[in-house]
Amino acid sequence: MEKKLILRGIIVGAFAGLLAFVFARIFAEPQINKAIDYESGRDAAQAALDKAAGLPAAAADPDLFSRTVQADVGIGVGMVFFGMAMGALFAVAYAVCLGRVGNLRARNLALLVAGGGFLGIYLVPFLKYPANPPAIGHEDTIKDRTGLYLVMVVCSLAFLVGAAVLGRRLRSRFGNWNATLLAAGAFVVAIGVVMALLPELGHLAYNKENFGNHATETPLPLTDDKGRIVYPGFPADVLFSFRFYSVAAQLLLWAVIGLCFGPLAERLLAPRSAPAPSVGRAEPVGA
Amino acid sequence: MSSVSAPTSTATPVVLPVSKAVMWLVGTAVLAFAVYYFIGVDQGAVSVFGKDMHIHEFVHDARHFLGFPCH
Repeated sequence: MEKKLILRGIIVGAFAGLLAFVFARIFAEPQINKAIDYESGRDAAQAALDKAAGLPAAAADPDLFSRTVQADVGIGVGMVFFGMAMGALFAVAYAVCLGRVGNLRARNLALLVAGGGFLGIYLVPFLKYPANPPAIGHEDTIKDRTGLYLVMVVCSLAFLVGAAVLGRRLRSRFGNWNATLLAAGAFVVAIGVVMALLPELGHLAYNKENFGNHATETPLPLTDDKGRIVYPGFPADVLFSFRFYSVAAQLLLWAVIGLCFGPLAERLLAPRSAPAPSVGRAEPVGA
Repeated sequence: MSSVSAPTSTATPVVLPVSKAVMWLVGTAVLAFAVYYFIGVDQGAVSVFGKDMHIHEFVHDARHFLGFPCH
């Protein structure tokens, strides 16, 4: 049974990743290109300033892959493999939850587990450290930023599991509804404390030393030695659109995983003797 | 959670014996986290292939878009 569930999880994940790639290719790539154009323009302005000040020019990074390959193939491979990995994790969580989290139908459990994956792996870490387009993020802080991001992912996943266990424990005393609310409240408080304790990315020691006291690493206007603005700050609309589409793509990915896995699991789990349930996803779920 | 009043027979009655399935479940989770690591983290903060940047550059856009920190 667990092998069948895992296989279905990976297939559903690959399909969800493919859809997320199509979404990304249409909506995200234009924003990524605008961000890269901004970065190139800023680098050129910075180089002109450095030259005027008599500083040596910084060496440019070699491009291992062209932008076309990155934007058409690389992001596709990345999204599909990410979807497969998330589908596999989803199936593992689903297999563990089966029959252990109360009186849930196969489809409802699929939606709840997918919702947990969306929250724990992406949305809650995003609240503290949101996705950034190219041009935002200093190379010298990548170690700190990755570490902090993974701390957020690990904490939100661990607290979600903890909240589910807590909800089960409280159920006999407070009833299903109140136990669920209490567990959700405990999750919010616990992750809130972690988010309050972790530093803002702009407050990392390297950033404070080199860029001043700002909350984020989003580039501010570039000024020359007389304080005149020679290049604007990062365009706010591009940043918003990129983050908005990033959330939308993850929502799409997890929704497709939950919605497609549910009917597959239902057929797998239905007793053999029972008449085969109709296929089709449009069938109403509620009783 | 139980807003849908499902009859017990349609609820998920199967409880997988985790002791038997544990190899498959743990193995799958480990592999999935490895893929997560290579798409999101490797050749950035830490790198198993040293200074090589091919994976990083290839999945560059996905890495940004999936919310991972990137340069």
